[in-house]
Amino acid sequence: MLLIYCPYCQVERAEVEFRCGGEAHIARPSDPEKTTDEDWVEFLYMRANTKGVIAERWRHIHGCGRFFNALRDTVSDNFLTFYKTGEPMPTLETLPQEAGK
Amino acid sequence: MSQPFRTEKGGRIDRGEELTFTFDGEEFHGHKGDTLASALLANGVHLVGRSFKYHRPRGILSSGSEEPNALVGIYRNGDQTPNLRATQIELYDGLEAISQNRFPSLGFDVGAVNDLLSPLFPAGFYYKTFMWPKSFWDRVYEPIIRSAAGLGKPPRTPDQDTYANQFAHCDVLVAGSGPSGLAAALAAAETGARVILCDEQAECGGSLLSESNASIDGKDPANWVHETVARLSSMENVTLLPRTTAFGYFAHNFVALAERVTDHLAEPDSKLPRERLWQVRAKEVVIAAGAIERPMVFPENDRPGIMLADAGRTYLNRYGVKVGHKVLVATACDTAWQAAFDLADHGVEVVAIVDVRETPPDNLIAIAEARGIRVEAGCVVTGTLGRKRIKSALLGRLMTSGQVASGGQIDCDALLMSGGWTPTVSLYSQSRGKVVWAPEKGAFLPGISVQKERSTGASKAVYGLQACLEDGYAAGEAAATAASGKTATITYSSAYGGEAGSGGILGALPHDRNASRVKAFVDYQNDVTAKDVKLAVREGMHSIEHIKRYTTTGMATDQGRLSNMNALEIASGTLDKPVTDVGLTTFRQPYTPTTFGLFAGISRGDFFDAVRKTASHEWVVQHGGVFEDVSQWKRAWYFPKPGEDMHAAVERECRTVRESVGLFDASTLGKIEVVGPDAAEFLERMYTNPWKKLAPGRCRYGLLLNDAGFIVDDGVIGRLAEDRFHVTTTTGGAPNVLATMEDYLQTEWSDLNVWLTSTTEQYSVAAVQGPKAREFIAPFIEGIDLSADAFPHMSVKEGTFCGVPCRLFRISFTGELGFEINVSRRYGEMMWETLATEIEKRGGTPYGTETMHVLRAEKGYIIVGQDTDGTVTPYDAGMGWAIGKKKFDFVGKRGLARTDLVADGRKQFVGLLTKDPKIRLEEGAQITTSENPATGTAAEGHVTSSYYSAALERTIALAIVKNGHAREGQTLYVPMPEGSIPVEVTGTVFYDKEGAQLNV
Ligand SMILES: [Zn+2]
Repeated sequence: MLLIYCPYCQVERAEVEFRCGGEAHIARPSDPEKTTDEDWVEFLYMRANTKGVIAERWRHIHGCGRFFNALRDTVSDNFLTFYKTGEPMPTLETLPQEAGK
Repeated sequence: MSQPFRTEKGGRIDRGEELTFTFDGEEFHGHKGDTLASALLANGVHLVGRSFKYHRPRGILSSGSEEPNALVGIYRNGDQTPNLRATQIELYDGLEAISQNRFPSLGFDVGAVNDLLSPLFPAGFYYKTFMWPKSFWDRVYEPIIRSAAGLGKPPRTPDQDTYANQFAHCDVLVAGSGPSGLAAALAAAETGARVILCDEQAECGGSLLSESNASIDGKDPANWVHETVARLSSMENVTLLPRTTAFGYFAHNFVALAERVTDHLAEPDSKLPRERLWQVRAKEVVIAAGAIERPMVFPENDRPGIMLADAGRTYLNRYGVKVGHKVLVATACDTAWQAAFDLADHGVEVVAIVDVRETPPDNLIAIAEARGIRVEAGCVVTGTLGRKRIKSALLGRLMTSGQVASGGQIDCDALLMSGGWTPTVSLYSQSRGKVVWAPEKGAFLPGISVQKERSTGASKAVYGLQACLEDGYAAGEAAATAASGKTATITYSSAYGGEAGSGGILGALPHDRNASRVKAFVDYQNDVTAKDVKLAVREGMHSIEHIKRYTTTGMATDQGRLSNMNALEIASGTLDKPVTDVGLTTFRQPYTPTTFGLFAGISRGDFFDAVRKTASHEWVVQHGGVFEDVSQWKRAWYFPKPGEDMHAAVERECRTVRESVGLFDASTLGKIEVVGPDAAEFLERMYTNPWKKLAPGRCRYGLLLNDAGFIVDDGVIGRLAEDRFHVTTTTGGAPNVLATMEDYLQTEWSDLNVWLTSTTEQYSVAAVQGPKAREFIAPFIEGIDLSADAFPHMSVKEGTFCGVPCRLFRISFTGELGFEINVSRRYGEMMWETLATEIEKRGGTPYGTETMHVLRAEKGYIIVGQDTDGTVTPYDAGMGWAIGKKKFDFVGKRGLARTDLVADGRKQFVGLLTKDPKIRLEEGAQITTSENPATGTAAEGHVTSSYYSAALERTIALAIVKNGHAREGQTLYVPMPEGSIPVEVTGTVFYDKEGAQLNV
């Protein structure tokens, strides 16, 4: 069971308090009418399914209820960082070296 | 009572307390402190089971949880628990054990014929023999295999025991309480860190409990254990968990422990759980799992009486049991010599020590000679004799040519063997660490830590008492500092004796026998021989993962802890490749077999899932109502009067609602309060319909799609004020609708100022439906003008019901004049009882979900999830009217415009009337154009809802049919086993098509 840090509550809690919301940073097109079928399908269904570091959404559903994002290595399951919704996705270079351990 | 193999004195058993137990019905005696295995051995019983495939007689091999042979069933509470390891079962008075996998008896087992037929069961025989004909699998092969092979029989009655669950957090979790584990726990605890120490055995101490040839701080090792455990017990920051197996190492230092709470008690307190699952989150883990001894692979190495040398020593020193009177010791390493010496010192005749090594250490030879023990160096065991117990062993002398020359025969009643030691890396491997081959140790050792753990002592091949203590202290200190930043000055205890020694061998021993006719077992529990492993390699299995699956070696309950290294060496020798190229299989959770009860915990029976009840529940029970489960809710299904079956009750309820008035508990519908300055804008974006112009006091039916354009939920939404909406959802969909709303609000539209609150549990809702609904509720309602003009269909107002605040909706899910009264849940019973008591006096009736379904189907109202399946659009459902076409955007709008969703040929929502009005279609039945379609013909659609309609005095159905809207009037067919049923496609509204009943 994963250990997850909620950046709003600022606490680590067990995975049972959270629900995974899938890949992060997939913005709903702001003008759907002008979006092509292909782009809409891309938005609806296509996910990177990365082996390695991914950005994913989590919701502290049995806590504060907020959505936030995390970088997780899908191979080791280690989280590299957690950040609030709306904040830019951290790049691996900007993360402190000890992150994820 | 006589226990002929009990020593005169010594051991940790309580000789003052004699216990009686039975094995296969025969009565025996043992002592408190015995395991079932040690007590059986004290009585001279070695034969305890039959092997899995060949039904060969098998004896106790080990003294720990890796035991492959001594699997027994234990009777308790009138049923038996199978496949328990006799080496782990603590003896109690009255214990009843039975052997397994034998018929009719352990001594005479007809299945043993398999042993003679063994040429028919080579490696991979499952794959080879039973491939053809396919139909034989179910009828012939499988039943035979099931009855002939296998382990214990499953219990016949439900598990009567209870199981508990405990979450725990600590700085340092120490798994294993041998010398390294105890030292680690003590070192960590002295820093003040929170420590959990667990050990799968009944007592802490591990190998120290059977150590005869060492001292710690000048004391007997067992005394040091006693003092150390006493010190740990006295510390508030330490949790000691004996009888507790760390069976699973999961992500982020989450470790699962299984504590056996009552299995060792003769009369357990019924309040205690049988087992407790500890879910531990540890900042640091110290793995002190020790090492286990390897069997030697020589022909007939599986006879009862043949045992691991260290197990023999443990039975002697810890349990006061001699494994035999004439013991042969076969070894490749030093440690087994000490077993021989201990036995000799207890007066057991050690007939010889047979060491593979040409030159065993001189000091050992000297000690043996001093005790008059014959030593055969450069010698191996090449076979054994004896049917149900070893009688003698064949010896072979290793020649410089690599050949083996016969070395004669030697009588014995027990044979202790040691091929060396294998570090237990299971937990490390479970933590996703990659083991590293250490050629100088002949073992795979823990490599780089992937999680916050460190191995210590024998589990990383640190041997010798002093070295294990030192390594344990260091590991405990380092773990505590890493976890809590704390340090402490600890005085290390120092040990004398308990030397590591040297030696060890992997793989099959050479012999001078006919290789095709002898069996040298590698995996005892699965009956895998050296020959099988070689055959697998010859047949093309070159990776250990393939060899494992082909031969089943390493697939026993010990996951190959005993067998892997020998199998690997045999495979590597046959392939002529280094072991690292053949690989080691991954150890997975659980470390030892774990009960389902432990995982289920309290989540079974009534506690399997939450049960949600509405305010009417007790009234419904008292008035004979029948319930149905709708997600977690118990909902009243129908209310039969005396003599009525379901059909009669539903027909009466339907008729009464259409003609008079009915009362229905609608409390389970989901309710969400949407509040804030942007509440209308938010709903505008979520639902297909327009909301901004909806006046306060008015309601609208809301249809919710996903962004793909498919219907996911629906419900009536009332506007209470400019900034406040009362949203209802389907019963099952409530949590998902709220979660979806939160998702869009938080992550897409954070510009909106809106609050969402679930109010499902806050309101009790009574639906009053029927032409007499208004006059029926009028006496109870105050503050609301109920007249048709002041309070038309699709209105909402706040007032009081019997003096308590209520939200009154004028809405209908029946097609009749209808009201839904929402009061605070605390007044739910009062409201229901008031209305239910009154309604029968007025010629009305309470009605349940079945009647609700029939009435709504007569009106063609959809049930999301029944008439829709996640691929139905509003247009498919004939609900284009609910789409706000002028809106800039709403969830699903763009999805609806996708090419496939506007293409011809989509399945559409229609009504169906059977040509024969008495036939009721089956929900889910397929629909075709042809009366007798050829096999493989695709269906045109399926029946989604089907009922008998009292109002129409015939059956009706709803369906999803390809191009259905254009097929009104056509005849289609519903093929059933009894014949094809012709149906006519109709519109979806069967009753009151104009809606006149609604607007009265
Ligand atoms: Zn939170």
